[in-house]
Amino acid sequence: MNLDLKKLKLREVNQKLQNIGSKQNQRSFTVINPEGNHAICAGLKDEIDVTIKGHTGYFCAGMNQNAFVTITGNVGTGVAENMMSGKVHVKGNASQSAGATAHGGLLIIDGDASSRCGISMKGVDIVVKGSVGHMCAFMAQAGNILICGDAGEALGDSIYETEIYVKGKVKSLGADCIEKKLERKHEMVIENLLKNSGIKKFKPSDFKRYGSARKLYNFKIDNLSNY
Amino acid sequence: MCGIVGIYLKNKKLEKSLGRFLSGMLKNMSSRGPDSAGFAIYKEEKKYKYKYSICLNKINFLTFKKQFTKVIKKAKIEQISDHVIIKTNEKPEKILKIINEKLKDISLVGYGKSIEIFKQVGNPEKVVKKFNLEKLEGSHGIGHTRMATESAITTDGSHPYSTGEDECLVHNGSLSNHNNLRRELRKKGSKFNSENDTEVAAGYISNSLKNKNTLKDTLLSGLKDLDGFYTFITGTRKGFAIVRDEIACKPAVIAETNDYVAIASEFQAMAHLPNVNNAKIFEPDPGIVYTWGN
Repeated sequence: MNLDLKKLKLREVNQKLQNIGSKQNQRSFTVINPEGNHAICAGLKDEIDVTIKGHTGYFCAGMNQNAFVTITGNVGTGVAENMMSGKVHVKGNASQSAGATAHGGLLIIDGDASSRCGISMKGVDIVVKGSVGHMCAFMAQAGNILICGDAGEALGDSIYETEIYVKGKVKSLGADCIEKKLERKHEMVIENLLKNSGIKKFKPSDFKRYGSARKLYNFKIDNLSNY
Repeated sequence: MCGIVGIYLKNKKLEKSLGRFLSGMLKNMSSRGPDSAGFAIYKEEKKYKYKYSICLNKINFLTFKKQFTKVIKKAKIEQISDHVIIKTNEKPEKILKIINEKLKDISLVGYGKSIEIFKQVGNPEKVVKKFNLEKLEGSHGIGHTRMATESAITTDGSHPYSTGEDECLVHNGSLSNHNNLRRELRKKGSKFNSENDTEVAAGYISNSLKNKNTLKDTLLSGLKDLDGFYTFITGTRKGFAIVRDEIACKPAVIAETNDYVAIASEFQAMAHLPNVNNAKIFEPDPGIVYTWGN
């Protein structure tokens, strides 16, 4: 079913998609003419497939639960912010704060993500097939982020327990983020992420693992220089 | 907030549509800046050497025309709403002196060989209509929709700011060291008409260009000297440039095709441009200066 944002109001499209329920047979939708509008497909909660054809504005597919949302173009700030479950797949590039504070589900970005990707993430899995900008995984608390390209400055600054895997170069690590040993259990996580995002050309051992040195969890005067 | 937009045409055939493209971009950015709006259009002047863009404020057009033609005989004077475009061969030193001494109640908002500037308080949609932007032609243009934060909603507080010949600047963000910088630039001879932070950045750029630095080097040194959050688009006679501070909180997106380069705070500002869905769309990296046509 096609939903045309040139003919329907954004609120009408979102309200329709937010209230599909579990009984309807129609479970596949296409949103056309997004034209960079904000908050398209925010707050979906049912198991439906939505394809957005074109480029979107801020907070696309924010707070997503259960739904599978695909965007064929680029997305603005905060795609899939605070996602709880389901899948969001961006075929173009993502602007800043992609997957911010997201608790669960899978966010796939085929292109690059700019600054602060995965900021304060709380359990989501993020796969970026291109590169990420500065401050990726800032204060990230849980979940995994897999970066197939390079990472910008201050990767994982003030990180808690998110695991970061990077294939390319890291410009610099943020406060309290260190490289860690890639063990079998981590390789299994990477294997899963590669499989779920349809990446065949890389293997888990191509990636390096980064995470928290756990020195800044609580204030200690001895660690003052690390802050 | 604030919205900034810019468009540079690579294909000369599109010059007739510049005003239409730019007005759509400004209208789409009304939500980011409902307080005031302004734009600069670059169109080479063939008959006369210089163009002067003037805001009449509360002065009657005919009164102004009478006063002006008393001192300058040879000039073409055209009224567009509460703005006036004067075309003449008289050099800026002379005209600036006349305005400073004899026509204090009007504001010179820009001058040069190709620039025309219009800016006013009010919703961008109304401002664009009032100056009939849709009908204007040119090679490139930049615009601004303002959500006022650090200084009052006035014409003087509206963007673009022009502090040098054919130069102009629009800004999304705020500067924290503008008072110090204004004092330093005043000592070096720069003049400022408002308390606005962006005007200081424009003055900084003009001062550096006057000292024969390139636009690229000027904006690179600006990254060190201008403290705050910003995405700047700066226009010159031949083209424009964009730069974002290194933290890059303030958004920007660029769409480039074989026909044009468009810059805006958000993609929705350019959704109406021809073939934009097939354009190369990217975010300018922080701390990098991008230029076209310069």
